[in-house]
Amino acid sequence: MGKILQKPTGFYDKFVRKPGTYDQVTHYCPGCGHGRIHKLIAEAMQNLEIGDQTVFISPVGCSVFAYYYFDCGNIQSAHGRAPAVGTGVARSNPHAITISYQGDGDLGAIGTSEIIHAANRGERMTIIFVNNGIYGMTGGQMAPTTLPGQITSTTPYGRDAATTGLPMKMCEIISQLDAPVYVERTAVTDAKGIMKTKRAITKALKSQKEGYGFSFVEILSACPIGWKMSANDSIKRIEEEMIPYFPLKTFKDEIADRTPRPVVPVAPSQEDVLKALGHDQKEEILFKNDKKFIDDFTTQKVRIAGFGGQGVLMAGTTLGMLGMELGLDVTWLPSYGPEMRGGTANCHVVLSNKEVGSPVVESPNVLIAMNEPSLVEFEPSVTPGGLVIVNSSVVVGKCKRSDVTVLEIPMTEIADSCGLKAAANMASISAYLAFSKVIEKDQLVTLIKAKFKKKSLIEQNVAVIEAAYKYVSDHVRG
Amino acid sequence: MTNDDKDIPRVEIIPEECKGCELCVTQCPKDCLYMSDKINQFGYNVACYTGESCTGCGICFYACPEPGTIKVFKK
Ligand SMILES: Cc1ncc(C[n+]2csc(CCOP(=O)(O)OP(=O)(O)O)c2C)c(N)n1
Ligand code: SF4
Ligand code: SF4
Ligand code: SF4
Repeated sequence: MGKILQKPTGFYDKFVRKPGTYDQVTHYCPGCGHGRIHKLIAEAMQNLEIGDQTVFISPVGCSVFAYYYFDCGNIQSAHGRAPAVGTGVARSNPHAITISYQGDGDLGAIGTSEIIHAANRGERMTIIFVNNGIYGMTGGQMAPTTLPGQITSTTPYGRDAATTGLPMKMCEIISQLDAPVYVERTAVTDAKGIMKTKRAITKALKSQKEGYGFSFVEILSACPIGWKMSANDSIKRIEEEMIPYFPLKTFKDEIADRTPRPVVPVAPSQEDVLKALGHDQKEEILFKNDKKFIDDFTTQKVRIAGFGGQGVLMAGTTLGMLGMELGLDVTWLPSYGPEMRGGTANCHVVLSNKEVGSPVVESPNVLIAMNEPSLVEFEPSVTPGGLVIVNSSVVVGKCKRSDVTVLEIPMTEIADSCGLKAAANMASISAYLAFSKVIEKDQLVTLIKAKFKKKSLIEQNVAVIEAAYKYVSDHVRG
Repeated sequence: MTNDDKDIPRVEIIPEECKGCELCVTQCPKDCLYMSDKINQFGYNVACYTGESCTGCGICFYACPEPGTIKVFKK
């Protein structure tokens, strides 16, 4: 007995899409080109023996369910983003064969930017671009590849080039870039067209297996349902209407002239990262692990808010770092407007002896309001019994809540008296720690001495801490 | 099918997996496939082999969008 042509092993034995659906057929409409192209890919995966190495990325579009069919790694990506997801796959798994399978709406409309840049970077991936000239999945709307005059649900009078432009020829665009190694357009029409497509898919995947970069195979494909015609008529339509506009040819084949893309190390080593960030010196351990301190710690949910430039974000990181050095679980989340200076800024800090579920502090038990608008905005959110610390150098209004403790601290004046007006943020957290006693002053000072970036300002910051503590003990604790 | 038939090229179509698109029928160069009156579980008329003159060329296999509906036994 000779050879048998049958379901390629690149497909799963069973498609477990939905309970009750027949597990051997796809979800595609009768006569859909996607099914034919799937078969060619599955066969190429079988023949090249790459199933274990392949990551197939299905985008949004009719092929969204491709992961039910291909026996390989599968990822379903957001609309148009398959080349970006594929970049991640290819970079983190340099030996993976990455297939980005995209429709014309996906690749040519919402995903135009992703495809152009992945191509321009020559990412190691194979693009299978299914051009059926229409948005199939959503019910036959115009795609960038819809032909002039073609009637779709969004072009009921036919596509008008004057208002919607002419169909985009993606092979022509992609082949202009230097990096792609192989760009070809084929059509799944008759036996000849299908065989040419099979060769193109195989060639692209084989070149990827051998380590070459970016290949782009565009396939003109029927959507009988979207085109509102029989499967046979839709094949004729490809031949008579689409091919004259989208010529079938090899636009670029530089596989023979190139060398395989070098496999770059997946990620820089930890040492390299630490060095690049300036953390390559051995970190000294600031505090001995104090189990009792951690066990007894009450979770602090702090919101620090003020003008951009008042150092509220840094006040938050300082608190966070202090908590971290003391062995607590901490989070810090900044929130600010687009301005670098002068806008409003605030941050959320959580210090806890348990894992922190969410870094968002919607109802703080500590609010530090460095300016008036911050007090007005965040005062209502403080939990009853909480602490509100107001920078009374700047804030004229009063906190209206009667169910919270209010501390009025002239933070800016305290900082100014130590010769560093900009350190009002340090006065703010010092006042907080002085009053709440959740962390010791010495520990704050130790942290500042060890970690403060601007060494020349350490002394003044320590002076601000001392002054703020003194203010609290003189004025608040009587 | 008898054992002797094994060397003769032929095609098998699983009727329950056919979607009735007719692409295989149109593209078979030997006209040895036809759409039957039989209706399958999905409500499609299914493609059938006449039982004669298949050369095992494989064209119908690739014409069919379904993964395994058509099996072609080559010589
Ligand atoms: C972000 C986003 N925008 C829009 C949609 C709606 N949507 C789903 S499929 C689709 C078009 C798919 O067309 P195409 O890529 O040509 O694939 P086909 O369905 O024709 O195979 C659109 C716009 C979506 N799912 N997600
Ligand atoms: S709508 Fe068109 S592209 Fe989508 S499955 Fe049906 S025929 Fe195929
Ligand atoms: S294998 Fe060729 S000859 Fe036989 S049924 Fe299929 S298309 Fe026709
Ligand atoms: S091509 Fe496949 S699905 Fe279409 S009629 Fe033939 S056997 Fe049925």
